[in-house]
Amino acid sequence: MPDLGKYAGSVLSAYAVSLLLLAVVIVVSVMRARRVKRRMEEVEARAKHAR
Amino acid sequence: MASIWEYANPRKFIATANRLLPWVGGLACVALLVGLIWGFFLTPDDYRQGSTVKIIYLHVPSALMAINGWFMMLVASLIWLVRRHHVSALAARAAAPVGAVMTLIALITGAIWGQPMWGTWWAWDPRLTSFLILFLFYLGYIALWAAIEDDDTAADLTSILCIVGSVFAVLSRYAVDFWNQGLHQGASLSMDRADHVANVFYFPLLVCMSGFVLLFVALVLLRTQTEIRARRMRALLARERMA
Repeated sequence: MPDLGKYAGSVLSAYAVSLLLLAVVIVVSVMRARRVKRRMEEVEARAKHAR
Repeated sequence: MASIWEYANPRKFIATANRLLPWVGGLACVALLVGLIWGFFLTPDDYRQGSTVKIIYLHVPSALMAINGWFMMLVASLIWLVRRHHVSALAARAAAPVGAVMTLIALITGAIWGQPMWGTWWAWDPRLTSFLILFLFYLGYIALWAAIEDDDTAADLTSILCIVGSVFAVLSRYAVDFWNQGLHQGASLSMDRADHVANVFYFPLLVCMSGFVLLFVALVLLRTQTEIRARRMRALLARERMA
């Protein structure tokens, strides 16, 4: 760990907030992608069955 | 060579995105890991700014993507308005939350950096203010998509909003040059060597910027796929209800 001196709080909080926000947008995007794909496959299968 | 308009076909877009995503996502992870570890652990403190200079590896790339994300949305919106390709409207919709997060990161890291350097978290400086307005435009754009039920009407209205918001995206980039006042400095990366950051900071910054660009592209590909599927699902459900 580098010596961040008197600015340690500022630097570490900037990294923590940024990485947290990046993680949130990645996780939300991946989870929604999976959920919508699964749901669409169900609806498509139902539509095929109904034909 | 395939025409770019082939990707306006949703199936073709999804297939291509499926092939690209592991590569773009993987490269984004590698570039971000290398850039951030290099910048955080292996670069020295700045002689004036001390260790706060390490915030540059998050602040500059996120600001870059905040502005360029809006321009990507502008191009996609113009394609929608001119050629009526649904994929382009959905790509713009998909990019907005990612751009909003990038803008929020730029605003927060800027405030955290500004406090020890300028003695204040916030100032109504031209660049800071135009960035805040850009963030509000992102939120308004997302809200407008969510508020309108008909996809085509939503795409039309959000495209107009995107064109209007582009003024603030330009201002966010050039505010310092236009008004030549305020706390925020000029561009960190410049063709003019006098304004340019030192190479010891520049090279890890370039890697971080590549990482942010690749992450943005990966997320937009993934989210556009999702929007295309969600649109098809809504159409199938509507057909089901009518049957």
